[in-house]
Amino acid sequence: MIRRRLTTAAFLAPAGLFLAIWLVYPTLATVRRSFYDRTGDTFVGLRNYGDVFSSDTLVRALENNALWVAVVPALVTAIGLVLAVLTERIRWQVAFRLAVFMPMAISLFAAGVIWRIMDDQDPSRGTLNASIQAVQQAFGGGDQRVLEQGRPSQPQLVQGSLREGFTPRQVLRAGDTAAIGLTAIPPAQVPEGARQAVAPAGAEPGAITGVVWRDFRPGGGTPGRVEAGELGIPGATVQLRRGGRTEQTVQAGADGRFAFRGLPPGGGPYAVTLAPATFGVQSTQVNWLGPKLITPAVMIAYIWVWAGFAMVIIAAGLAAISREVLEAARTDGATEWQVFRRVTAPMLAPVLAVVFITMLINVLKVFDIVLSVAPASSQDDANVIALAMWRTSFGGVNDFGLGSALAVILLLLVLPALALNVRRFKREAV
Amino acid sequence: MTATARIARLTRRAPVQLLLGLIALAWLVPTIGLLCTSLLPPGLISQEGWWKVAAEPSLATFDNYRAVFDNEQLTQALWVTVQISVGNTLILVLVSALAGYAFAWLEFPGRDALFVVVIGLLVVPLQVALIPIFGIYQRAGLFDTVLGLILFHVAFGLPFGIFLMRNFFVGIPKDLLESARIDGASELTIFFRLMLPLALPAIASLAIFQFLWTWNDLIVALTFARDTQPITVAIFSQLRQFGSNIELIAPAAFVSMLIPLAVFFAFQRSFARGLLAGSVK
Repeated sequence: MIRRRLTTAAFLAPAGLFLAIWLVYPTLATVRRSFYDRTGDTFVGLRNYGDVFSSDTLVRALENNALWVAVVPALVTAIGLVLAVLTERIRWQVAFRLAVFMPMAISLFAAGVIWRIMDDQDPSRGTLNASIQAVQQAFGGGDQRVLEQGRPSQPQLVQGSLREGFTPRQVLRAGDTAAIGLTAIPPAQVPEGARQAVAPAGAEPGAITGVVWRDFRPGGGTPGRVEAGELGIPGATVQLRRGGRTEQTVQAGADGRFAFRGLPPGGGPYAVTLAPATFGVQSTQVNWLGPKLITPAVMIAYIWVWAGFAMVIIAAGLAAISREVLEAARTDGATEWQVFRRVTAPMLAPVLAVVFITMLINVLKVFDIVLSVAPASSQDDANVIALAMWRTSFGGVNDFGLGSALAVILLLLVLPALALNVRRFKREAV
Repeated sequence: MTATARIARLTRRAPVQLLLGLIALAWLVPTIGLLCTSLLPPGLISQEGWWKVAAEPSLATFDNYRAVFDNEQLTQALWVTVQISVGNTLILVLVSALAGYAFAWLEFPGRDALFVVVIGLLVVPLQVALIPIFGIYQRAGLFDTVLGLILFHVAFGLPFGIFLMRNFFVGIPKDLLESARIDGASELTIFFRLMLPLALPAIASLAIFQFLWTWNDLIVALTFARDTQPITVAIFSQLRQFGSNIELIAPAAFVSMLIPLAVFFAFQRSFARGLLAGSVK
């Protein structure tokens, strides 16, 4: 008898020890710690929890988690379902599923690195924006290309690049004029219909006028001055910008002149930009990694990793639906829809539930990928509870009380999933 | 016509096949992107997209990889990762098998209740343990050690491991066990001589899963290690420090991906099965 007990103990002890020390005790300790202050000396009751809800950063984290929970598990499950169904009967099923599942083998962190590169705003570097640009160009989205190349004749006065466009450094207000001279344009590339460039007449109230021209006179000439023999660039796209926003867009005339009218008196400060579209470069500058889009960007990376997981599990569930049961239902006279509703769906439902709940739990704990995709400047906007907890506890502030509170909140959020799991097990076990 | 047959007919049509092909390609693009980025000459990385390498293969260079392997911090980190992953996986497999077997075939009071507790522990987020263990480790001298990280990973892998192993063992025919017991073999002998070899598939699945999971871990190592860094932390600190140090980060990330990818491709069938065993009976 004692031998039996000892044997059982031998089997269970190692696991028991691990679980008790690393899981059970810390959970209790963390709950307790959350009621104390930063140093752990003073009992503060629920103050830490109150702090969580009154802190902007932390509320943002909670909101983000809510967003994650609302969007990602459903999306992942849906995508997994669609992919599983679509690939059920195709020949290269295994290859496809491998390709989609492969990201699971990569660490979430490495995935984040990959997507950080993909999300680069500059279309010459970032794959996403480059793809958008390619699609735009394929559909002829306003092909405003009139020049193949060019650069400012006075680089010290005009800044920018082919990709960003060229912007004179001067700050402009209503009534000012701007001149954008370009060189390095072979004569053959000057657009048809170009005429002698004309410098803007002078201060026009309520407007900003200017000229875009080929600032090159063979045999000399002064850069920056419109001279005889220098041609304007018709069709050049010029934008009026204020505070980072484009307010007006016009095309330069045959003589290179352009004007932005209807400006409020003394309005500004404005900047005038020769748009990259002039050179055929669409400025698809979707700022994926900026504060507004960072959470969707991280979500995309996450879905990329986990959709394969959902697909594999659901596919297995689909395959497990016994053919005979389906046939029996059909021979019993059930219509297709009834078969689906009464047989397939119920048998698929548990699988879908498993996937959904697993994703739910994972999403609440998301950490690595936010850390790696979001650059330091967007970390606060991408913040999630797990990240907030870590930063609060180990990221410099070292407020273990607040950190513990966040951990407890996380625990509370996953409790429903825990209850569901237990209930499911009990039902299946009996 | 049955719904499945109808869907099958639909999916065999060319447009759908094309769509699926595009989807598969889209899924592979990010990883290929990383590979190409890692092959770009350092000067060009911040200027050109990685697809330039695909277009002009002559540009590809292994300089970045050389830099990674010359970098002591990174190679040391790789070794640390190997130690942590292999170490914790071995221990986990043993402890899970023992406990799983006990839950399946040994009678003891409160067995079912305890197993429900194990199921409950499955969802406990490790954030909950970080702060207390941080304190314990510092007092016990386990902070910033490979062993400390190994033990933590074992503990958090146990709920799933026990669950998996128990489910497997439950499926073993009782007669096998009975006859061994009648023959007078001790439980331990039965376990090591008979059960473990039988459980190889489940063990393999668990091992692969845990290996991949801990190889890729960031948060645990970030919390409990300072100088003893696995590769994930090393890459992370590069990212944080230099932000645009892509010429070092890309190849390092790709190298760190190679082992899991290799393991994944070698064992993809067991891997998928392992996932299923835990979720769908």
